Amino acid sequence: MKKTIIEKIWDQHKIADLGNNKCLIYIDRIFLHERTGSIALKSLEASGRKIRNKAEVFCTMDHIVDTFQGRNDKTLVPGGTAFIETTRKAALKSGINLFDLSDDRQGIVHVISPEQGIALPGLTAVCPDSHTATLGGIGALAWGIGSTEAEHAMATKTLIVKKPKTMRVNFNGTLAKGITAKDLILKLIGEHTASGGIGYAIEFSGEAVENLAIEERLTLCNMTIEFGAWSGLIAPDDKTFDYLKGRPFAPEGKDWELALSSWKLLKTDIGSIFDHEINIDCSKITPQITWGTSPMHEIGVNQNIPDPAEEKDLGKRSAMEKALKYMSLEPGTPLEEIPIDAAFIGSCTNSRITDLREAANILKGNKVASGVKAICVPGSGLVKKAAEAEGIAQIFMDAGFEWREPGCSMCFYAGGESFGLEERVISSTNRNFENRQGPRTRTHLASPATVAASAIKGYLADVRKID
Amino acid sequence: MEKFTKLEAIAAPIMQINIDTDVIIPSREMKHVSKNGLSDGLFANWRYTKPGGRKLDPDFILNQKPYTKAKILFSGANFGCGSSREHAVWALYEWGIRAIIAPSFGDIFFGNCVRNGILPIVLENQAVLELANQIKNEEKNRIEIDLNKCVIRSPSNEYYSFNISASDRKMLLEGMDEIAVTQKRDDQIFAFQEKDILSRPWAYLEKN
Ligand code: SF4
Repeated sequence: MKKTIIEKIWDQHKIADLGNNKCLIYIDRIFLHERTGSIALKSLEASGRKIRNKAEVFCTMDHIVDTFQGRNDKTLVPGGTAFIETTRKAALKSGINLFDLSDDRQGIVHVISPEQGIALPGLTAVCPDSHTATLGGIGALAWGIGSTEAEHAMATKTLIVKKPKTMRVNFNGTLAKGITAKDLILKLIGEHTASGGIGYAIEFSGEAVENLAIEERLTLCNMTIEFGAWSGLIAPDDKTFDYLKGRPFAPEGKDWELALSSWKLLKTDIGSIFDHEINIDCSKITPQITWGTSPMHEIGVNQNIPDPAEEKDLGKRSAMEKALKYMSLEPGTPLEEIPIDAAFIGSCTNSRITDLREAANILKGNKVASGVKAICVPGSGLVKKAAEAEGIAQIFMDAGFEWREPGCSMCFYAGGESFGLEERVISSTNRNFENRQGPRTRTHLASPATVAASAIKGYLADVRKID
Repeated sequence: MEKFTKLEAIAAPIMQINIDTDVIIPSREMKHVSKNGLSDGLFANWRYTKPGGRKLDPDFILNQKPYTKAKILFSGANFGCGSSREHAVWALYEWGIRAIIAPSFGDIFFGNCVRNGILPIVLENQAVLELANQIKNEEKNRIEIDLNKCVIRSPSNEYYSFNISASDRKMLLEGMDEIAVTQKRDDQIFAFQEKDILSRPWAYLEKN
């Protein structure tokens, strides 16, 4: 029988069919962070249940830790220190892997797991965090779970999972200069809505995807959740294998050879049928920016803010009206005429070394517009080190960006640091929800290049117009 | 986990689409490493007049009588999308919500509901709108949900049937602990690993 890549991984991990379309699925890797992993570890300990295969459970500190230089366990997040300390204590006691604050490998959970070679093609990987599908970029079947499920996964090395429907999204053609994976995923969500992927596991394919570097593939898969999908992945290829070879937790020697031979078979058989298929013509995609409070509220940088009156669906129309009010924008305004107060580069979507290079290319020799607060937060300690060694950190600082320690930082607001009331931020993150980056903070999502260009101009800007 | 069989209660409509878990409970309201003490933070950005404040905003429906006692919520499509935080479900539960009716839900949120004794019901958009319209009436806003029969009775005594997977239904009806159920399959899981490690030794970081 012909199978999609999703079905191949699913079948290999199926321990039992539980009926009603649900299966008991074997879980290869479990990741935790101090925000939601803390409660899972604590609650598991209280239940007296043991962790099965501790060596395959990994924990880091990313959500609550401050990202100021010279940080420690103290954090601006109210009660945050308790999350850090509880997580550390529980992780050390249980014997799982911990990448603590003092460790160079510390960073955003979805950035460090491919970086360390912990996530691998064909593995199942879970984390009580919605952006776990990021790991699909290297060909893992990965998805976000709840805290109770994390306990289930730790105690049994399995999860009860509803079999997803399958979807293939073909990004056809090649990307114009200055267009990135971020623009692709925003475009998909804009065209097919934030709930277009509900219930699906998605394979991203097509020429444009094949041409993406591994780190860009991670960006693409990162935002499958913003599309509503359960998971998303890209078939591994030579680029993937080159990327993984020699990473600390990647297989070596004979195991590497064995892995490689099975990874090479990890693709959708020709003639397999997906439950749904979407085609996107990439040649027409321009830099995309969101204007509202859902990732589906997005348009090309050269377009004007849409008019809700033209939306026929009443639910969508009222959401648009509410979004415009929150964002303090008028229909018909050209995006490029909207001034910004701040610029943020970071998050599991866009904080890897290639993202920082892309932004640095734009920033080099330029200065952040006066009055714009600009911050760059590398995704991991190793990304930070590499950027410093390459001179990228210096470019950011010379341009007027703050250069931070790794973590989630202002991707989300937890009562600590924020951009402030009604401040308008151009951000390389993944969520523009109300209050996501701070009480009444207004977020515009875009690629790191677009963020850098906008920081220089002081307005939402077209990166293609920067020299 | 508390069982869910039948519920007759006040229902409140919050009819927007894409209500995400950041809205259901903002991250700053998750103050302790605990599943409890979260209901104060439920819908905090909508419920209170100021961010971080505690003065109730009279415009928000859950602050208005009789909806202050609602146990059922109606909402637009994609309810509970966004962050995986189970705190959203713990906060809803602690506040008193036992069932949510919407045209669709965020996947992770849906599973989290079932695991914590909240019944998520998927109904056609049209049916959700009809019911939501009825419960806007302050006098007639009680609906009845029977999970055994999978039917909803509206305030005007119309019946709507709904579908839920047999396993989710069973888990809610019996208030099951999923981990304990899976642990009964320990031998089967062990046997799977023993076989799997032979074909995928590279996938195992713990080899014994
Ligand atoms: S960077 Fe943002 S989206 Fe990613 S894991 Fe951290 S908080 Fe979540």
